[in-house]
Amino acid sequence: MSQSAIKAPPAQVAGVDRRNSPSAGERTSRLLKQSWRPAALLLACFAAWWVIAAAELVEPYLVPSPGATLDVLTGKADYIWQHTWVTTYETLLGFLIAVVVGVFAAVVMVYSATVEKTLYPILLFAQVVPKIAIAPLFVVWLGFGIAPKILIAVLIAFFPVVISMVTGLKAVDPEMLQLSSTMGASPWQTFVKIRMPASLPHLFSGLKVAVTLAVTGAVVGEFVGANEGLGYVILQANGNLDTPMLFAGLLVMSLIGVVLFVLVEIAEKLLLPWHASRRETGVTTTY
Amino acid sequence: MPRNTTVQEPEVTKDGQSSGPGSTAAVGIKDVAVRFRTKNRDVTALTDIDLEVPMGQFVAIVGPSGCGKSTLLKLVAGLLKPSAGDVLLNGERVQGARHDIGYVFQRAALLEWRSARRNILLQAEMRKMPAELGRRRADELIAMTGLSGFEDALPHELSGGMQQRVALCRALLHEPPVLLMDEPFGALDALTREQMNTELNRIWRETGTTVLLVTHSISEACYLADQVVVMSPRPGTITEIIDVGLPPERDYTETMGRPEFQEATTHIRGLLGAVSAAD
Repeated sequence: MSQSAIKAPPAQVAGVDRRNSPSAGERTSRLLKQSWRPAALLLACFAAWWVIAAAELVEPYLVPSPGATLDVLTGKADYIWQHTWVTTYETLLGFLIAVVVGVFAAVVMVYSATVEKTLYPILLFAQVVPKIAIAPLFVVWLGFGIAPKILIAVLIAFFPVVISMVTGLKAVDPEMLQLSSTMGASPWQTFVKIRMPASLPHLFSGLKVAVTLAVTGAVVGEFVGANEGLGYVILQANGNLDTPMLFAGLLVMSLIGVVLFVLVEIAEKLLLPWHASRRETGVTTTY
Repeated sequence: MPRNTTVQEPEVTKDGQSSGPGSTAAVGIKDVAVRFRTKNRDVTALTDIDLEVPMGQFVAIVGPSGCGKSTLLKLVAGLLKPSAGDVLLNGERVQGARHDIGYVFQRAALLEWRSARRNILLQAEMRKMPAELGRRRADELIAMTGLSGFEDALPHELSGGMQQRVALCRALLHEPPVLLMDEPFGALDALTREQMNTELNRIWRETGTTVLLVTHSISEACYLADQVVVMSPRPGTITEIIDVGLPPERDYTETMGRPEFQEATTHIRGLLGAVSAAD
């Protein structure tokens, strides 16, 4: 630190050493500390499942044992993987379209009161209509291919994206915008340098909801009419009273949701390191 | 130092007769009123405001909460349109947001994803200043305000005083002829506030910029300013304009002990007391 910093009280220096990032060991121990509770709970659930199945408290054709489920997962891995890929593909495509359309709609709505007044009631109506109820209609219109599944995923994931993005864009400090106008900034500069980045934390909380909903959307689409995808697998297994396959399908489906959620969170950390570090310091300074 | 050390015509500012149009006044407020329309009634925030601030002067505005002090600054910046009267800035009529000013709010209003330095450079980016010039100015200001060593820190890693220094650097980057400050140190603790006052006095002398400072603190106003504008509450009017009568270079403790300082603070306290008693 140079000499000219005499006016800086030395006590504040401690706050700025974020360059000393924690070592790998520290990070794993922190991860363990944070995650042992949920991990223990998950294990307890598995154990309970195991006990119920092993003691045959419930008929095996109603609740298969974890072993039987695992057998299906490994024995029919190819079959499950093939359908998992279809569902993942539909989910991702639906999610991405929802993000692009949602962000665009939000920006237009924030910048034009007329568009907002026109579009908002329609959006709300579209959200209130049960997507599961209109899913059969989409199959009638679009056939048995992947189009109706993607459409349902888009419709179901779209709402949280729009709402979070609108909230984010509107949550910008009004003084920051006034400051921007005293700097002679163009609306585009203000959008790119202030509004857009300021809205990203809000957007990401919406994206996390949206990505898990997109999985639901895709599976609902498959339930209504499909010959591939995990929804189809579950429906088939259900018809054959093949509960191990049904459980396997459910597990994989949940896993898709979890993995996509984690991916969005990783993207958030990479894109908004300032936001993540802010939250972390918030956690470490409280007891 | 290009500044006048003698205090300039305090009385004439009240009737606005001191100088003709196009004179050297940095800020001219002529017969200004501001009315807001709320749901069921009109609220007069400011009325009969006449004020002239010569170039290079430091003018502090004090008054009770809700007397329209901040509104007055927004008028000068062109962020708000007066309902009546004229506002002149650097000899031009204010019509819309002005770019020849620097603005500091009570909250630092920093972009939390940008480091201290990049927050300061926002001013340069928005103005499309040559990158080299912006960087050089930023470096000068960082050294001047004691931010060296904190350039790369994010706002949430800085103390309130440090954040406000960043905001001040950002406001000064383009060397504005007029600096508008809206309770810039209101959220700081007493010690940091004293420190910032001392620095602001030095920065003002070094840059020669005109300063309009809104504050709640009578001693801050008298320590920093050439003239103190005392305002009354709803509808906000100017009660009196007081010459502090101190030299521009001021040592904090020494100034506090001077009779001129004592006299000014006592007088202003009396004015504000009378105002709030009548309220």
